[in-house]
This record gives sequence, structure tokens and C-alpha cells, in this order.
Amino acid sequence: MISREEFRQIGANGIWHQNTSLVQILGLCPLLAVTTNLVNGVMLSLATIVVMAIANVAVASLRNLIPHEIRIPVFILIVAALVTVVDLLFNAQLHELYLVLGIFIPLIVTNCIVLARVEAFANKNPPLQAAFDGVFMGVGMLWTLALLGGLRELIGGGTLLAGIDMVFPALQPLQLLPADYPGFLLAMLPPGAFILLGCLISWKNWLEARAAARRPKSQPPLLALGDGV
Amino acid sequence: MTLPQKTPSAARMAVRTALILLIFVVAFTSLLAAAFLSTRTAIEAAAAEEKMKLIAEVLPRELYDNDLLNDHLPLPPSTALGTDEATTAYLARKAGQTSALVFEAVAPDGYSGKIRLLIAVAADGTLLGVRVTQHKETPGLGDYIDPRKDKNKEHPWIRQFDGLSLATVADREWRVRKDKGRFDSVAGATVTPRAVIKAVHKALHYVAENRQQLLHVKVASATHESPLPPRGGGVGGRGKRS
Repeated sequence: MISREEFRQIGANGIWHQNTSLVQILGLCPLLAVTTNLVNGVMLSLATIVVMAIANVAVASLRNLIPHEIRIPVFILIVAALVTVVDLLFNAQLHELYLVLGIFIPLIVTNCIVLARVEAFANKNPPLQAAFDGVFMGVGMLWTLALLGGLRELIGGGTLLAGIDMVFPALQPLQLLPADYPGFLLAMLPPGAFILLGCLISWKNWLEARAAARRPKSQPPLLALGDGV
Repeated sequence: MTLPQKTPSAARMAVRTALILLIFVVAFTSLLAAAFLSTRTAIEAAAAEEKMKLIAEVLPRELYDNDLLNDHLPLPPSTALGTDEATTAYLARKAGQTSALVFEAVAPDGYSGKIRLLIAVAADGTLLGVRVTQHKETPGLGDYIDPRKDKNKEHPWIRQFDGLSLATVADREWRVRKDKGRFDSVAGATVTPRAVIKAVHKALHYVAENRQQLLHVKVASATHESPLPPRGGGVGGRGKRS
């Protein structure tokens, strides 16, 4: 089973220390394309959480059967098959939700986070731990993409939660800046996403540098790239 | 001494690895096949329902009393419609009289690829409505052509086409305002509306040139002499997952 300490560490790694977007810098292609607003960022992350938890459990359960030499093709096979199955099941069973989340599921295939977690974690750990790793890596991605999407949306168009009515028809997007706000196109385009992501990364590094400075006799700073990614 | 011993073991290794890989491929392909077969009917039903919902957006309900999805006409691939495969036109009839035509057109020159449109034209050549069924335009920028993504909920961009016809709008006016036409567009995203306007304009010309074949089909001949089987390709959902 899983100890409390182990659980805490997997959670902290996923959400902060090994954050996929800010530390591992993985999955930038869908990240840049999708985070033009908060809702899209959250939706992509939710789809990724589902796929990553399932893929991690599948690989962790089969890890003793997969020969080391051909693990990468087998991982790709497993991940691609599971993404397609999730896509089909969503479409058939939860069609309303599929209309909202559906376009994000194929995007996950182009996302190396899933393969990276399968290789770095699920291949070496039991299924339960792997499931939590998948979920918490996704949660780390969720808050980062929500923040990035929210900032881009606010700076780019002055709104927040655009498109929320597609998920919850009762809700309306918020117009936070005055209606005559001219908009800032750069924030909406991929270069703007790169610039903002750079700001977020430096913000995180600044927080950690400050924390390290406050406790002078602490251990050496964590290396940015963790377990063999 | 070592070489002859190693060669068979390496070969055995390779065969063993290949077999394991084969087992994984077979297992996961069967999983895919099972998922596909078990979800196919549900997905097709959902696609047909979605198609009807989409048609309802461009075609007022009072214009037809026939079974629209089963009363259709095959359209060959056409450069005027931007289609490179056969598509289907649905015929709206009221009391046996063709009142409108719903068909698919493709704008090939969107900012990032093709934009698929569903267009409804009344028998007199007036546009009843246009909807985008599939596109890859930049989210938050070019995607306002889809009224669900359009920030202007009261007058979505795509509704500018409603009620227009070749008779009321001159050819040179089928452009965005920036190009001295009559259509609004959002600053910074004009490639997308340009493509849509061009495609709608060309589609109207196509309907005008093929009026006889398209609109004056007898009920009987349309349903019985149609070269395609009754369940032809669809509007809306088609090609969505490709």
C-alpha cells in the first residue's frame, strides 16, 4: 500500500517540485496552443489527468512483463491505445462532456508528459503510487495552465472564464477590464504564451531562492530536472 | 569460443522480444477494436442527433415538413464548394415544394487549414443561415466564426450572412470592411473571416448556376433515383475525427 509520507511526497512533486510546465518544461505544444483562456487550460488538464492516471496504472501493472529493450514502443502502444479508448468511451457515454473535452483528448497524444511519467515513474513503481503520480502531475499542470490561461485571457481580452457557458450553460464569462479595453493581441498568440510562461518560471525560481536564503544551513537547492526526465 | 555461443542466444533474445511486442500489439489492438465496436452505434446516433441540431440552427423548422435526413441529393466534389469528396445536400420541402437546400461547403484557406461550413439557402437564393461545423482557427482569436465562441452573443459574427443574397449584395461587397466590403471582422484576425466570406460567396454562385438540378427535383425522383444509398455521407459530423 502507500504510506502517508510517500503520498505527501508524490503530491508535492506533482504540484510543485516537479511541476510539468514550470520545472520539467514538458508538453509545451498543447500548452501554448490551448491556454488562450482559463477554461481551455483547465479542460486540457482535466483530460490529461484522466489519461495520465489510466496510463500510469496500466504501465505500472504490466511493468514486470515489459522487456527493458522495447519498453518505449510498448509504452507508446499502451498510451496511444488508451487515449483512443478514452476518446471513444467519452464520445459514446458522456457525449455532452465530450463536446467540451473532446477536442483536447487527441491533443494529449502529442503530449510527452504522459510518456515521461510512464518512463520515469510508473515503470518503477506499483500501480497505486503510479495512479497518484499521474493525478498529481495533472493537478500541477492544472493550476499552472489555469493561471497561464487566466493571465493570457485577462491581458489579451480583458475577460475571465470565456467559454464557461459551454461547460455550465448557466454561467457567464466575466468582463474584468472596461468593455472598451482594446485588447493585447500578443498575449493571445504563442509568443505571448512563451513570455508569460517564462515569467511564471522565474516567479517560481524566485520564490524558491528566497525560501532557500531564509534557511541558510539547509540542504543544497533541488536540481531542476528530477528523476531522469 | 564465445562467438558461436552468443549468436544463438542473441537470436533467441530477438525472437523472444519480438514475440512479446507482438503479444502487446495484438492485445491492445483487440482492446481498440472492442472499444470501437461497442461504442459505434452510440457514436453514430449521437452524430445524427448533432447533425439534426446543427441543421435546425440554419433552417427554420416551419420551412419543411419532410424527413430531412433521408431526403437528400448527392453533390459531386466541386471546386466551387471547396469539397474534394462527394457531399450531401438535404432538401427541405413544404407540401412537396422544395423550399430550401442545406449543404456543406469548405473554405480551404483558413488561417490554419480548412473551415467546414453548413449553409442553408432558400429556394429564392436567400441565405437562411451559415454555421461553422469544423475548424482549426486560433482559439480566442479566429474562432469567433463559431457563434458559441463569439464574445458578441447578441449579434454573432456568422449571423451577418442571414438574409443576404447575390441579388441584394454586389459581388465586390463580399469582403471584409478592411478590403472595402460589407462584412465586419475582428482586428488581428481577418484571414479567417475572409476565407469564410469567400466560401459562402462561391457557394451562392454554385447554387445559382445549378438551380435547375438542385431545387427543382421532384420528390419521387430525389428519393428513388438518387445514385447514392439513402444513408450517404453526413453534414456536420463528417470528417470530424480525422
